[in-house]
Amino acid sequence: MSGYIALSAGDLALASVLVLCNAALSLRWQLGLERKLLVAAARMVLQLSLMGWVLVKLFAWVSPWATLLAALTMVGFAGHEAASRQQRPMSGGWSYGLGTLSMFLAAALVTIFALTGALRPDPWYDPRYAIPLLGMILGNTMTGIGLGLNGLTTGLVNRRAAIEARLMLGHDRRSALAPVTREALVSAMMPIINTMSASGVVALPGMMTGQILGGVPPAQAVKYQILILFLIGGGTGLGALAAVMGGVYRLTDDRHRLRLDRLLSRS
Amino acid sequence: MLMDVRAVRRTGLQPVSFSLAAGEGLAVSGPSGCGKSLMLRAIADLDPNQGEVCLDGALRSAMAAPAWRRLVGYVPAEPGWWADTVGQHFSDWPAAAELAARLGLPLDAGDWPMTRPSSGERLRLALVRALMNRPRVLLLDEPTAALDAASVTRVEDLIAENLRAGLAVVWVSHDPAQVTRVARRRLRWDGEGFREEAGA
Repeated sequence: MSGYIALSAGDLALASVLVLCNAALSLRWQLGLERKLLVAAARMVLQLSLMGWVLVKLFAWVSPWATLLAALTMVGFAGHEAASRQQRPMSGGWSYGLGTLSMFLAAALVTIFALTGALRPDPWYDPRYAIPLLGMILGNTMTGIGLGLNGLTTGLVNRRAAIEARLMLGHDRRSALAPVTREALVSAMMPIINTMSASGVVALPGMMTGQILGGVPPAQAVKYQILILFLIGGGTGLGALAAVMGGVYRLTDDRHRLRLDRLLSRS
Repeated sequence: MLMDVRAVRRTGLQPVSFSLAAGEGLAVSGPSGCGKSLMLRAIADLDPNQGEVCLDGALRSAMAAPAWRRLVGYVPAEPGWWADTVGQHFSDWPAAAELAARLGLPLDAGDWPMTRPSSGERLRLALVRALMNRPRVLLLDEPTAALDAASVTRVEDLIAENLRAGLAVVWVSHDPAQVTRVARRRLRWDGEGFREEAGA
C-alpha cells in the first residue's frame, strides 16, 4: 500500500472552481475580496510550481550550497511577509531586519536540531528532508513573529500613557513594558497552541494528511506530525521571543524612555 | 541650589535654564503649544533631549534614569493607569490612602476599579502616587485643571505643606491667581523662550 493517486492539471482546474465561486460571490456582494483572493491563488500556483521545479533540481544535486541558498531565499521571503503584516512597522527597516534575523536564528536552530537529532538523513543537509522541514517551520514561525511584533507595536502605541506613567514613577523599561511584551508573546504563540490542542481531534494537519494520501502508514505519519509540531512550537516560541525582545530594546532606550518615534508615522 | 536646569532643549522646546532651591515653587505659564509640557518631559528625561540637569550637585546623565525619575517626579496633565484597580497603582495603598483622604478621596478608593474615578479624581490620585515616591522635585502639569474649587484648595494646601518640608515644585498653570498663590517665582513664555520674571 505505497501507491498514490497522481493528479492531473484537469483535477486542479476542477478544484479551483471553488475559489472562483468565492470570487464570484465576493463580486456579487461587493466584498472587495475578489482581487486579493485571485492574486493570492495565482501566487500560490506559481510559487508552488516554481518550488516543485527547484526541489527536483535540489534533490538531484544534493549540494549543501544550493540547499543553503534555497533556505536563505525562503527566510528572506518569510521576513518580507512578516514585515508586510505590520500595522505599525518600525522605521529604518527594523521590522524586516528583526523579523528576518530572529526567523533565521529560530528556523536554523530547530531545523539543524531535527536533522542531526531525530531524522539524521545522510548527508544531514539532504534537501529532501531539509527544505520541506524548513518550509514548515518557517511558515509557522513567520506567522508567530509577525503576530508578536504587531502585538508589541500596536500595544505600545495604544498603551503609551500607561507605560509612561510607570516610567515616570521610576519603573525600569522591562517592568513598564512587561504587560505588553507578555501579550505580544501570547498572541505569537496562540496559533501553534491552538493547532496543537485541536490536531487529531478537529483537524488532521496538512503534512500528515499529505503523507497518508501519499501512502505512508498512518502510524508513521502521526509520528512525523508530532515531531513537526514540536519543532514548530519550539521554533515559533524562540523566534517570537527573539523578535519581541529585540523590538522592546529597539522601541526603548538606555535612558528607559519609550521611543515610539522609531515607528513609521502613519501617512 | 537643589536643582539646576542648564539649557535643556529638544525639537519644539527652546533652551530653558533655571535653578530651584529646596522649598521653592516655580510657576510656568505661556500659551498652548509653547512647550510647557515638553519642558517637564525633557527634565524628567522622558524624551531625548540635550542639556544637563543637576540635583544636589549630581548630574542627571551620571544617574540611572529610573533613579532620576524617583527623585524628580512628574505628574502629567493626563496621568496613565496600568492596573485594574486604583490600589494596585500604589506599592503601599494604606499609607497612600491617608494622603488621598486629605485630597477629599474616600479611604476605600483603593478598591475602586479604574473605570470609576473621574478625571479630577485621577489627577489627585496621580499626585498622591507621585508624592509616595518622596521626590525632591515635583513637576506638575496643570494638576488642578479638572477640579472643583474645594479640591483646588486641598491640592494647593498639600503642595504648600510639602514645599515647607523642602520639596521643590515646578508648576505649570493657566490660572494667574493660582500662579501667585503657589509660587514665588515665575517662568513665562515671552514669544521666543521661557524667561524668569523678576520679583513677584
